[in-house]
Amino acid sequence: MEAFILEKLILVAIVFTISLVIAMYSTLAERKVAGFMQDRYGPNRAGIGGILQPLCDGGKFFFKEEIIPAGAHKVLFVVGPTLAIITACISSAVIPWGQTLTIGGREVVLQVADINVGVLYIFGVVALGVYGIMIGGWASNNKFSLMGAIRAASQSISYEIGMGLSIIALLMVTGTLSMGEIVAQQSGFVNWNIWVQPLGFLIFMTCAFAECNRVPFDLPECETELVGGYHTEYSSMKLGLYMFSEYINMFVSSALMAALYFGGYNFPFMYELGLSQNWITIIGVLVFFLKIFGFIFFFMWIRWTLPRFRYDQLMNLGWKMLIPLAIANIVLTGVITIIKDTYF
Amino acid sequence: MQSLSNRKKVIEQKPMTFWERMYLPAIAKGLGITIRHFFKKIPTVKYPEEQRPYSKNFRGQHSLKRDEQGRERCTACGLCALSCPAEAITMVAAERTKDELHLYREEKYAAVYEINMLRCIFCGLCEEACPKEAIYLDGPHVTAEYLRKDFIYGKDKLVEPVFDIKNLKQETTN
Amino acid sequence: MSIFYFVAFLAIFFALMTIFTKNPVHSVLYLVITFFTLTIHYILLNAQFLAVVNFIVYMGAIMVLFLFVLMLLNLNEDTEPMKSNLVKIIGAIAGMCLIATFLGAFRVIQPTNELVAGNADIGLVKNLGKVLFNEFLLPFEISSILLLTAMVGAVLLAKKEVRKA
Repeated sequence: MEAFILEKLILVAIVFTISLVIAMYSTLAERKVAGFMQDRYGPNRAGIGGILQPLCDGGKFFFKEEIIPAGAHKVLFVVGPTLAIITACISSAVIPWGQTLTIGGREVVLQVADINVGVLYIFGVVALGVYGIMIGGWASNNKFSLMGAIRAASQSISYEIGMGLSIIALLMVTGTLSMGEIVAQQSGFVNWNIWVQPLGFLIFMTCAFAECNRVPFDLPECETELVGGYHTEYSSMKLGLYMFSEYINMFVSSALMAALYFGGYNFPFMYELGLSQNWITIIGVLVFFLKIFGFIFFFMWIRWTLPRFRYDQLMNLGWKMLIPLAIANIVLTGVITIIKDTYF
Repeated sequence: MQSLSNRKKVIEQKPMTFWERMYLPAIAKGLGITIRHFFKKIPTVKYPEEQRPYSKNFRGQHSLKRDEQGRERCTACGLCALSCPAEAITMVAAERTKDELHLYREEKYAAVYEINMLRCIFCGLCEEACPKEAIYLDGPHVTAEYLRKDFIYGKDKLVEPVFDIKNLKQETTN
Repeated sequence: MSIFYFVAFLAIFFALMTIFTKNPVHSVLYLVITFFTLTIHYILLNAQFLAVVNFIVYMGAIMVLFLFVLMLLNLNEDTEPMKSNLVKIIGAIAGMCLIATFLGAFRVIQPTNELVAGNADIGLVKNLGKVLFNEFLLPFEISSILLLTAMVGAVLLAKKEVRKA
């Protein structure tokens, strides 16, 4: 039992560290990608090719003056960013990073917790994530912040519905809510869920963009209209935490997309090459991270391509396009499943 | 109403078709454009490490020249100051004494020679006016400073260092 | 068991805070924490599905909407209307009635009932789904119709009235 707890603790520590480091370097990657897409280099002064830039930014955040506005609610002003970063961090708990690894005769499952409602757990945590933004925006006692907070709330609720409905179609195919099982079902290449749920994936991805408050759905922090949105009044590391949680959310939703639709740690010909189980696991983890990085790049690619939606367009897209499409997808999936079960 | 210039263009705002409202084709097109730029050659020059080739008649910081024996050529005639359209140059002349023969070529020399780099427009007229070929704008860019007074360059910054063959050799062996 | 008492204490404490705090936004936030403690209770009872659904629906959606509305209204202590004594008395009587009903219900419930205490895994998705769609299909569908009615009503309320020209 002790060994089990120790093993899980180590795994939690590793997952935490990895998500924080990836979030840190996503900031650099974002600026680099932006640079390359705009025909320039991006930050390249700190370290070789700007590799130390995130550390410099982090250091700067810590040493900046910490301002709490006079009219702000002191407690909730601090609770906001705290909640944002906590919810961002805990959502990675149910993601299966790899298969089992045998170390010294002990089988270690590379997943922190394989609870049997894993997918729903992620939804719950994502739903909770909006509290950080709302509380922070309200506690700032600033009209722009409040507007940002309200936009965040309505946007996240609207897109959660579409996300949930697109997932239901996926669950009809997989027949389980456990993340571990969903990924295990997609072994090889042809079993990936993207081949059976392309429309569902598209809807899910759009909603994931909205849930992460990423361009083209970054209306909560819309600079052109709301100064800085919900984090207008934030400075120093509290702003840093908001930024950080955004990047961790991006990492987690990339991992989610890779795990749910693109086979997670599975890669083509994983059993045909005659590798030992440990090697399959290790390569699987690397492949999984490769997929995640691919999605993170896609997030950035989209960000530096598309302009921001207008608010009414956002709502129209969410309620009048994505939700009907998701429902149609559910019906279609159901019909196809029945046809397959009865005739084949 | 009839347009006078005949260049008026009536823009039609049709409601978007279903395919357009899907946004997907437009998004794909946009993504194509940005990814093309991602792999394009970047025209930025990383300045301090790489420098673009300068023109042969580039005019940078002034330098006061020495002759072949290492003596300052300037005789403080004031033609450069007179020709300067920005009135950036000031000088104080002095007479050469016996034991300064190896320092100054002419009998009269500039004891103080100052160029205000904030005023200078790098036109090169001082260079053209000089009868002794004592001033040339052949230096690098004039760098930034924190204080205005630091932009007034005196002889310490302007006069070129004494040419010494030994220093040159050391530099090449290093 | 000690975890249960601790969480139960927290639940009651935050529920009371919800009532006694003056600021409506604080009140809603305390209510969110109360729901969170209820989620922990569900997990302690091994009802994972119920726990997560409580988490998503109540904490993630309904309370966000509550908060949303309250933030827009910007209520504070000054705008709180004075409540008459009549309302207070009626409220007290209603509360007493509710408590009496609960106590009566607890007395009647038999702990040996299979659905109350028998199957410890009833809260897992699979078992819950089977129970819902077999034994309790009719109540389940009726409640879904109720929700549908509420939804139609909401849409009707939100729709602008079209004037007959």
